[in-house]
Amino acid sequence: MATQHSRSAARVMMAPAVILLLGWMLVPLSMTLYFSFKKFLPLRGGDLGWVGFENYVRFVTSSAFWPSVVTTLVIVGGVLIITVVLGVLLAILLNQPMWGQGIVRILVISPFFVMPTVSALVWKNMFMDPVNGLFAHLWKAFGATPIEWLSDVSMGSIIMIVSWQWLPFATLILLTAIQSLDREQLEAAEMDGAQPLARFAFITIPHLSRAVTIVILIQTIFLLAIFAEIFVTTGGAFGTRTLTYLIYQRVLESQNVGLGSAGGVYAIILANIIALFLMRIVGKNLDA
Amino acid sequence: MARAVKPQRKAINTAVAWSIGLLIFFPILWTILTSFKTEAQAISDPPVFLAFDWTLENYGIVMERSNYARFLWNSIIIAGGSTILGIMIAVPAAWSMAFVPSKRTKDILLWMLSTKMLPAVGVLYPIYLLFIKLGLLDSRTGLVLVLMLMNLPIIVWMLYTYFKEIPGEILEAARMDGATLREEVIHILTPMAVPGIASTLLLNFILAWNEAFWTLNLTAAKAAPLTAFIASYSSPEGLFYAKLSAASTMAIAPILVLGWFSQKQLVSGLTFGAVK
Amino acid sequence: MTFKYRALLGACAIGAISTGALAETITIATVNNGDMIRMQGYTDDFTAKTGHEVEWVTLEENVLRQRVTQDIAAKGGQFDIMTIGMYETPIWGQQDWLVALDDLSAEYDVDDILPAMRGGLSVDGTLYAAPFYGESSMIMYRTDLMEKAGLEMPDAPTWEFVAEAARAMTDKENEIYGICLRGKAGWGENMAFLTATSNAFGARWFDEDWKPQFDSPEWNETLTFYLDLMNEAGPPGASTNGFNENLSLFQQGKCGMWIDATVAASFVTNPNDSTVADKVGFALAPDTGKGKRGNWLWAWALAIPAGTQKVDAAKAFIEWATSKAYIEMVAEKEGWANVPPGARTSLYENPEYQKVPFAQMTLDSILSADPTQPTVEPVPYVGVQFAAIPEFAGIATQVGQEFSAALAGQQTAEEALEKAQALTADEMEAAGY
Repeated sequence: MATQHSRSAARVMMAPAVILLLGWMLVPLSMTLYFSFKKFLPLRGGDLGWVGFENYVRFVTSSAFWPSVVTTLVIVGGVLIITVVLGVLLAILLNQPMWGQGIVRILVISPFFVMPTVSALVWKNMFMDPVNGLFAHLWKAFGATPIEWLSDVSMGSIIMIVSWQWLPFATLILLTAIQSLDREQLEAAEMDGAQPLARFAFITIPHLSRAVTIVILIQTIFLLAIFAEIFVTTGGAFGTRTLTYLIYQRVLESQNVGLGSAGGVYAIILANIIALFLMRIVGKNLDA
Repeated sequence: MARAVKPQRKAINTAVAWSIGLLIFFPILWTILTSFKTEAQAISDPPVFLAFDWTLENYGIVMERSNYARFLWNSIIIAGGSTILGIMIAVPAAWSMAFVPSKRTKDILLWMLSTKMLPAVGVLYPIYLLFIKLGLLDSRTGLVLVLMLMNLPIIVWMLYTYFKEIPGEILEAARMDGATLREEVIHILTPMAVPGIASTLLLNFILAWNEAFWTLNLTAAKAAPLTAFIASYSSPEGLFYAKLSAASTMAIAPILVLGWFSQKQLVSGLTFGAVK
Repeated sequence: MTFKYRALLGACAIGAISTGALAETITIATVNNGDMIRMQGYTDDFTAKTGHEVEWVTLEENVLRQRVTQDIAAKGGQFDIMTIGMYETPIWGQQDWLVALDDLSAEYDVDDILPAMRGGLSVDGTLYAAPFYGESSMIMYRTDLMEKAGLEMPDAPTWEFVAEAARAMTDKENEIYGICLRGKAGWGENMAFLTATSNAFGARWFDEDWKPQFDSPEWNETLTFYLDLMNEAGPPGASTNGFNENLSLFQQGKCGMWIDATVAASFVTNPNDSTVADKVGFALAPDTGKGKRGNWLWAWALAIPAGTQKVDAAKAFIEWATSKAYIEMVAEKEGWANVPPGARTSLYENPEYQKVPFAQMTLDSILSADPTQPTVEPVPYVGVQFAAIPEFAGIATQVGQEFSAALAGQQTAEEALEKAQALTADEMEAAGY
């Protein structure tokens, strides 16, 4: 009756989104699969025939493959740790009574509005440049030798730039979660003589766990795809070549579409392994 | 509030929070300041903070060289169009997931998110070929579609979490009164979900505005948004910090101002279901 | 006078044609270099003369290359004119992806294009791209610092002398570095410099059977020499310095010598941007006495991708932008030092231009580069600072990353060369050599 009616209605209402996303997934995916079994070199005449799994073998056996997987995981992991830890601390701080709270919030969330290309350009040139960058001036002012950020601490620099961009996002979500924390519960605990640290560990942290998993899930999706930050700063040099960047080099710089497509398939597999792992955790948390 | 906060503690909070806030905001502030310097002052050693001869020269050069208005307009159309289209498609889907859940609802939701994991660089060539076939290269329509599809999973998920918080009884009552499904969605659900929809709109507008891979690779002259505008100011010959800063400021200012005005909305609305 | 008269005449002639033909809007992809930005500023002159409108897509070099390569390889047809170089032109021309420029007007005087440039932009004698400006590489040095070091720069120095001078000029306390060289990874960045330099050291990329040669003693010598020199006399952060970073260092007076593109000469001698404008001398790129100099040959050129519907309008633009009249117009409005150099013989015969301090050295450098016989030992490829095969850009960028990491001190020259050899062999095999 009513439920039957609404069930079929629900299917109809879901259809556009599901069909569109199915198409968005299947069409590029099947084209990528098709190319990945071909020797396809646009600059050498294009389609040079089927080659079976040759591209797949070549992509994994290349000396660049495993380091790029590790680089990807280090960048994603590093940014997640920094944004979550600092995000929790910032969210707690921003939830305290203070003067000018609104303005402070605006200051803190602003980096999220900056497009990745711009933020990479600004950091690279105006801060990390070893001669004209602000950091170099700062170091020199204290008599220290300026750090060559993008070559000597390349990974750290990229993690820092990306963390700066994503910290506001983590802070926003965690702040919303903290605001919903029952103040009375906290105050009751305080009355009972619980130390601030204990209150933080036993009340705040458990309350935030759900928000933290969501931050991790959403950020991971975006972080696996970061490209502009690397393209602009190091161009993949100094051990900053992620899997995404390696694929870019194969497809666009070497113009080897077949090989790059095989890399794309590996990237999808890697992403889905991570996704599966994440969704196990989030999935549990999702039953509200 | 049950208890007054000691002014002393409030002062410390304020000091700490402002310092951290300014530190985080500093790169943006520095970019804006640099955009008003001359190229020589932009790299001067020691750096000057405020005591320089403020000039609008860089903005003049950028305006003369690029058709800023067109880039801006394209950004607005592409980000706005993809967000609105996405919401129109996502609202019914999120509604049915929230109110007529089935065993597979969660799976579908997670599957939708997983479509975002397709690496864009890996599929550039196929998509490019497809766009040629469909005549969508360098068209705003094409970008609206691509960015809508990219963000659709996030939009569905956000809306789903907001809809779930709406108590089912209200809907029951409306149904008793003989409201049709359509009326139910339009007159009852949507108004209740407006804050949620607004945050969704904002977040996805920001994400679409800042998307720099597809917008750069699928456009040439006609549909190029601000991400392409920036690509003409990064590392040219000669000194360029001040001009780059001016161009950067022009590229981020609209979205920054929008973000500032909607700060409250973002702070209270971005939950992704994290709050029960 | 004659110029104006001719220009007027030309305008009338083309105007007469264009009233019959349709006024069109062409889309041009170009790089954000100074000369191209100047050209954009004169678009109105082109529109006034021909009636055609221009849409500019101005991009940073790396993005530009990515965009135009993607578009031409997939036949996207996004651009009516692309700004490409000596590397792309022969490869794309060979594939028939470019419109042959074999019917340019008599007034354009195609024979006036410097033979080296014309050769590098042609396939089997057919021109496929018209040079907007051309360049070689040379030494730019600070005359005052050279004098202070008690040395005198010969017109054709050896690498030995350059290294000695660099060490003598270095004064790290005062942020003066004897030599600034490219270190930023990329086939058009550090590899352009290093490949050209390796020629002077007797090295080569491939032997005649297309076997990579990074395991040769000559490459080892090249890289070791470069790394030692840069570590002792180079600026900090050299491994991320490209053309532009070094230009800015030189303009700020922080480099004693800089070996790079000849077009940089007009920037470092321009008193508006350069603090050392009146203290710059020029010399040929150094050699090691093996018969080849480490100076490259390059042109930024305008080409029409095959398949565009607007060939006539595109050709009209190319004739306008690379003409003698364009050079004269820029000279008249902004001075002779600012005209696009290195493309036309007549420019170097012009007595006005000969007064420009770097004109003669630029011409000498261009003339001494030989893309068809770039190395001491024979090679199967064409190109001084590149090998004109489609795989080169991808391979050289990765090799450049290894060399860049060596410069940053993250690996030794031997390790970098070993990796370069392995990855080059791998990519060449994948490409079917």
